[in-house]
Amino acid sequence: MSHASSVPPPVTRTAPLKKTPGAGPVKWLDDRVGLAGLAKKNLRKVFPDHWSFMLGEIALYSFIVLLITGVFLSLWFKPSMAEVTYNGPYSLLDGVSMSEAFSSTLHISFEVRGGLLMRQIHHWAANLFMAAMTVHMLRIFFTGAFRKPREINWLVGVGLFSVGLIEGFAGYSLPDDLLSGTGLRFVDGLVRSIPVVGSYIEFFIFGGEFPGDVLVPRLYIVHVLLIPGVLIGLITLHMLLLVYQKHTQWPGPGRTNRNVVGYPVLPVYAAKAGGFFFVVFGVTAIMGALFQINAVWNYGPYDPAQVTAGSQPDFYMGWAEGAVRIMPNWESHFFGLTWSWNVFVPSVVVLSSLFVALAVYPFIEGWVTKDHREHHLLQRPRDAPVRTGIGVAGMTFYGLLWAAGGNDIIATKFHLDIYAITWFTRFAVFVGPVLAFLVAKRICISLQRQDNERVLHGYETGIITRSVDGAYAERHTPIPVEEAFVLTDRDRVAVAAAEADTDESGVAAPNRRMSRLHARASAFYNADVTNPPDAGEIEEAQHHGGRRELDAAPEGFRGVSETGIPKDH
Amino acid sequence: MSGLKRVDGTGDSEGPLPNPGLSEHLPRPTDVDPALERRAERQVAGMFGLATLLILGFCVAYFAIPGDTLGKYTVLGFDAMNFTLGMTLGVALLLIGFGAIQWAKKLMDDHEIVELRHSSASSPEDRKVALEELSAGATESGIGRRPLIRNSLIGALGVLGFPAVVLLADLGPLPGNAPSTTVWKKGMRVVNDVSGTPIKPSEIELGQLINAEPIVLVPTGDPKTDQQLGVLEGTEQLTAKAKAAVILVRMRPDEIHAPAGRENWDVDGILCYSKICTHVGCPISLYEQQTHHVLCPCHQSTFDLANGGEVLFGPAARPLPQLQLGVDGDGYLIAVDDFQVTVGPSYPQMD
Amino acid sequence: MRFLSTRRRHPLAGIIVVLFALTAMGGLYSLLGPRPASADAGQSDLVKQGQQLFLVGCATCHGLAAQGVLSNGSQSNYGPSLVGVGAAAVDFQVGTGRMPAAQVDTQIPRKRPTYTDAEIQALAAYVASLGPGPAIPDAKYTDISGLSAADVSRGGAFFRTNCTACHNSVGAGGALPDGRYAPAIRGDEGRYIYEAMLTGPQQMPVFSDDVITPQDKQAIIAYINSVQSQPSYGGSALGGIGPVSEGLAAWVFGIGALVLVTVWIAAHGARAERKE
Repeated sequence: MSHASSVPPPVTRTAPLKKTPGAGPVKWLDDRVGLAGLAKKNLRKVFPDHWSFMLGEIALYSFIVLLITGVFLSLWFKPSMAEVTYNGPYSLLDGVSMSEAFSSTLHISFEVRGGLLMRQIHHWAANLFMAAMTVHMLRIFFTGAFRKPREINWLVGVGLFSVGLIEGFAGYSLPDDLLSGTGLRFVDGLVRSIPVVGSYIEFFIFGGEFPGDVLVPRLYIVHVLLIPGVLIGLITLHMLLLVYQKHTQWPGPGRTNRNVVGYPVLPVYAAKAGGFFFVVFGVTAIMGALFQINAVWNYGPYDPAQVTAGSQPDFYMGWAEGAVRIMPNWESHFFGLTWSWNVFVPSVVVLSSLFVALAVYPFIEGWVTKDHREHHLLQRPRDAPVRTGIGVAGMTFYGLLWAAGGNDIIATKFHLDIYAITWFTRFAVFVGPVLAFLVAKRICISLQRQDNERVLHGYETGIITRSVDGAYAERHTPIPVEEAFVLTDRDRVAVAAAEADTDESGVAAPNRRMSRLHARASAFYNADVTNPPDAGEIEEAQHHGGRRELDAAPEGFRGVSETGIPKDH
Repeated sequence: MSGLKRVDGTGDSEGPLPNPGLSEHLPRPTDVDPALERRAERQVAGMFGLATLLILGFCVAYFAIPGDTLGKYTVLGFDAMNFTLGMTLGVALLLIGFGAIQWAKKLMDDHEIVELRHSSASSPEDRKVALEELSAGATESGIGRRPLIRNSLIGALGVLGFPAVVLLADLGPLPGNAPSTTVWKKGMRVVNDVSGTPIKPSEIELGQLINAEPIVLVPTGDPKTDQQLGVLEGTEQLTAKAKAAVILVRMRPDEIHAPAGRENWDVDGILCYSKICTHVGCPISLYEQQTHHVLCPCHQSTFDLANGGEVLFGPAARPLPQLQLGVDGDGYLIAVDDFQVTVGPSYPQMD
Repeated sequence: MRFLSTRRRHPLAGIIVVLFALTAMGGLYSLLGPRPASADAGQSDLVKQGQQLFLVGCATCHGLAAQGVLSNGSQSNYGPSLVGVGAAAVDFQVGTGRMPAAQVDTQIPRKRPTYTDAEIQALAAYVASLGPGPAIPDAKYTDISGLSAADVSRGGAFFRTNCTACHNSVGAGGALPDGRYAPAIRGDEGRYIYEAMLTGPQQMPVFSDDVITPQDKQAIIAYINSVQSQPSYGGSALGGIGPVSEGLAAWVFGIGALVLVTVWIAAHGARAERKE
């Protein structure tokens, strides 16, 4: 690379540094901590360029915005449930008894200049944090970026996602308004439903009966210290692993599994990613200026005898809320105990099983494919049809529960019957994902076939030619080499066969059950996948060139078989 | 076929076509046309300059807009302070961001660099040395040869978990049967929530709904009377309210299908039910006067008040608990007793 | 009943039913017909005028004497009896355009009123004359101009305890079973809010004056008015329906805008034809 010459010369303690600007401070610092070795490697580190690689950055930057605005809010917020009588400027709550937490939230909103803005930016950034983590995770999933060597970073990501969920819910609960109190009332019921020890845990968490007077202070320390600490730790680990393993990249000309092609951190990525931080902050600030979020003064202070129509959690808990809403009312009584399946199953079981499913997926796929190589080139979603199908099924499941969580809003806004929506989703959460899996998988496979078609026969030019004997055919022109390379730069897959049940001497193989299970899983995963054409097929297709089209035209069919071998006419 | 070909380490795909190599680098318009380059430079500087002005505007607005006149100054119907601070700050941040990105895109060198990856794994030599050192350390400590030390250490560290649990015991009291009792007791008056007025049966019309409380949960405003009545305050009040809130409804006596044993729990067709949903405890008062159904706004459990509070729909498993009503000497509605079943969400030791 | 049902297609069946119905109507009318009890001359004119309007516009469903009509083959009301519902109910139902209803439905929606104020007054007077019922509230309780901040905030406490469960904390409305809904209470005249509480239209329960006093109702109306007329401090309220619309905004405006920016950042941009 001609460009490599622009890398600054290595900084050494002995070499005079006078010529490079900034050499003085660098020398001072490096004499003491010797960071130049690290900086040398990383200042010009290369990051590949693709829009989907910046989704995680949205989450990271929202988190920084959350830290900044959160510190501001903590200067005024009083995490106390002590009762006070409000006599601030918001006259509609004049003389109303409320907790100090709620009253200080009103104070921040209406008396601290810029306080309302900071509250709203904080809340919008929290929503963006969760939303960005969701889309980032989907990108990782659908492109296979979680494969070796990145399984650990995927687990760190799942951890961030789940801890972020709890962090968001804790923050939602702090203002002690009617909506957040209703949410806590739900948590109270959820904790109670834990088999055998539910009410004990409930009394420990709430310091006695709901609502008590210790929950807000306890949640506060969880929200501002405990979980942010965990988040920062996990984010640091996430970033360190990213830097160590280097970013994945899409297949392309010049891109291999052993290199990374892109722009250096200094200056291009520093400017792009740094600039993007300001864009994220700016978007949250503009949302804070234009869209009101969580207008606690309208909800009023929490009172266990009050509730508002449309009581909902923030969106990231919406799917769990939906599961709770559509759950049948099962409760059993045995061993002298009450078992509240109606609450425990949808909240605790469904919620935690999502995280378990996310966490184990890379290992399940690894076991099925028996692929132990390092992967730094991403897969297009179509090139892993079963994985894509599973992902779409998961999204469908999540989406249906999400809709069920807003069934009351859907009912009023679209003039539907709330019971009908509930009944529909009760069945749809089971049927929908299966249909979505089949459809997504089929679409992937047909896209793969189309790719093969383009590689072998080029693209349709729209020019119709007529042969001497009167047959018509559309002329195809080969696609550019770069595109053909991208379309074929992927692994060939095959179904693994089960090992023989017995060896030559008739002794039963030790792992034959496992082996058969694996063979079945492998067939489920790979049987329908269309492999890219091999070199011979491409050469042959090119060799036959234009003649093939005219030859083929009268037969009316030309295509690729399921195995990717072109039908020869 | 034995599944994939294992090519440990490289992961290079087995694509059929040779890698054509990096595409030729084409210059951007700003690389070849000095006029365009200057224009891009002006754009970037212009954005940074405008951002500076907006940030100054933010500071001016902070002091210029009165902060203590809530609701008086508005822009588009929004609070003027919030809108102005948010827009100046937000647009300034956007301009800084866009400026930096534009700078990178138009003016910074855009030759792609190729960097080689290293395998995530360490070299076999490093790994060997590390393992050797690990086993040397283990051998020198003698942890394998002295199981007594090892096991007693594991025991001591394991027991350390107990204080961590024991120390949390004071987080809260034990529940006992507290979740199954409320402040209701024989003879306690049922009063209208908020206003605290006691209620006579004659004041309730057919189709009426009253959100009510036991008299001890609504302060009268007069400290002396409150003390006489034993009115609860603060946390105690909220905690009691979370179980004791009720709704009163009136329907025609012939519409009521009281469950066995509860035939006389009403007063002239006036029924009293817990307001706390048996699912997860939301206050439930979405009462339909013609169907006598009451709906929970949180998870849509629906109860039939004409039919002993039975569950008609949704995730709640138990009927809405009913409170037996009576009338005291002054003609006001009172509770005959506390609830006979647990109010609010179920818990394991409920029965 | 089998005797009747098997002969319902008999050629004479229709005539018999009509005759029976006419006899029943006449009989009922003579029994329940309007007998304005204590009305001065002007009032009785108004009642007569109201009766005329009623016979033309309302009697089809509510019966010629407002005694109510049962639907075919069921005990449910086709049009309920209006005896004893009072002037307040008529003023609310007709004044908000709910009556006359376009069709019998799960819920009769609000629409543009069909009658003029004078006609509504006449209809109300007629229905009030049928039996004792709640009157149109005194204007002094629906006028909220003189209320103090403490009154309004007290109204808020009543509102949150009695109303928000169905109508939402800013009166944006909410869902009820079987496709019914609690309507939004936006821009409604205080009088109608008062009358709704007093008469309990459709599925809404009654909040009688003895329990929620006229002063309490006045405070509730004032609170609704204030909470809806205050500035939307933090920006667009997004429908006032809470986290669902907020989540939607976060995805559409937040993630939507930021993804567009990422596409711009990573886009390769124009290339020059000339070489360096």
